[in-house]
Amino acid sequence: MNINATIIGQLIAFVVFVIFCMKFVWPPLMAAIEARQATIADGLAASDRAAKDLELAQEKATAQLKEAKVQAASIVDAAKKLEAKIVEETASKAQVEKERILASGHAEIETERNRVKEELRAQVAVLAIAGAEKILERSIDAAAHSDILDKLVAEL
Amino acid sequence: MSAAAATEATLTSQEYIKHHLTNLTVGEGFWSWNLDSLGWAVFLGLVFLTIFRSVAKKATPGVPGKLQCAVEMVVEFVDGSDKDTFHGKNDLIAPLALTIFVWILLMNAMDWVPVDLIPWLISLATGMDMADIYMKPVPTADLSTTLALAGGVFILIIYYSIKVKGFGGFMKELYTQPFGHWSLYPVNFLLEVVTLLARPLSLALRLFGNLYAGELIFLLIATLGLYQLPLHFIWAVFHLLVIPLQAFIFMMLTIVYLSLAHEDH
Repeated sequence: MNINATIIGQLIAFVVFVIFCMKFVWPPLMAAIEARQATIADGLAASDRAAKDLELAQEKATAQLKEAKVQAASIVDAAKKLEAKIVEETASKAQVEKERILASGHAEIETERNRVKEELRAQVAVLAIAGAEKILERSIDAAAHSDILDKLVAEL
Repeated sequence: MSAAAATEATLTSQEYIKHHLTNLTVGEGFWSWNLDSLGWAVFLGLVFLTIFRSVAKKATPGVPGKLQCAVEMVVEFVDGSDKDTFHGKNDLIAPLALTIFVWILLMNAMDWVPVDLIPWLISLATGMDMADIYMKPVPTADLSTTLALAGGVFILIIYYSIKVKGFGGFMKELYTQPFGHWSLYPVNFLLEVVTLLARPLSLALRLFGNLYAGELIFLLIATLGLYQLPLHFIWAVFHLLVIPLQAFIFMMLTIVYLSLAHEDH
């Protein structure tokens, strides 16, 4: 087991291999590994961000839903109030209308009654005269006694 | 293997083991080259770089394929070990650690290849007698390989020590620790130099020792005839632990030593 010139050959081979490895093997491999590590780190960061965004969005959605519920409740309230108001207004309008119709009915009835009364009065006068004529026959002169008859008619 | 038994029937166990622990060498004295260690080391380094480069070229930050996933797991493991230990900014240490880890892992993994398989295949292909084929396919069981790796790391330790602390700072560190008094500076220097040299030496010898011993045991088991089968299996399973562990220790200590070199006391 002598040490001989092999040591020189091996040393040269060693140096050449290390230089080759340093120039052409290590850098591209390391670059690829580091690039992948960066990609993975970015991906993880992005997923973290997405999770946070999702949480925020959910919170926002919940808040909006709550607000919408409150708004809906207030709208329903307002609608109920409006309904009550409309019913009230309509009822009062109907009342007024009813009174107006009643009043006009009364007036019409009154007019009709007065007209009938006049008619009747006239007819009664005629009937009274006719009755008196029948009772008195010739003894009574219509013209002579018209003032009495007129007085009678006026009293009816 | 039975082929081994047939071809090397004339060899004693001792000769068989010695034969298998001999490198395929050309040249004389120091200027001899272990062609098997060099060849397998370069081949396995190219396997590592080819696979990783092909993945790196197509690397996508999107959904990765299965091969890219596997490669990225290794890269992230090394990067994690690096970042846990080394806190400065340095573009070299992480790729260096990756190269060391995967390359040593692959070289160690050659230990799993049955000891006679490669010589047998060569003899089938070339018609050579197996006794003439010397082939030690585990480059990290060759001290020259582990010393080269540790030497590379040692050069970087010195380089970064001087670069970060300056030459004066580095010398000051060698002389003024652990004892503050000037009269003890030579003692400090001796201790610190030993500490400094012990780092690459322990790196190289630890890896070499583990793998050489593993190889040796595989060879011993291979001489047992039929009984080798269960034993070989058990020893190979044990190497599921040893092989990655040694690669990891080498990588981790490299990072630790280099981060120590960056620290200013």
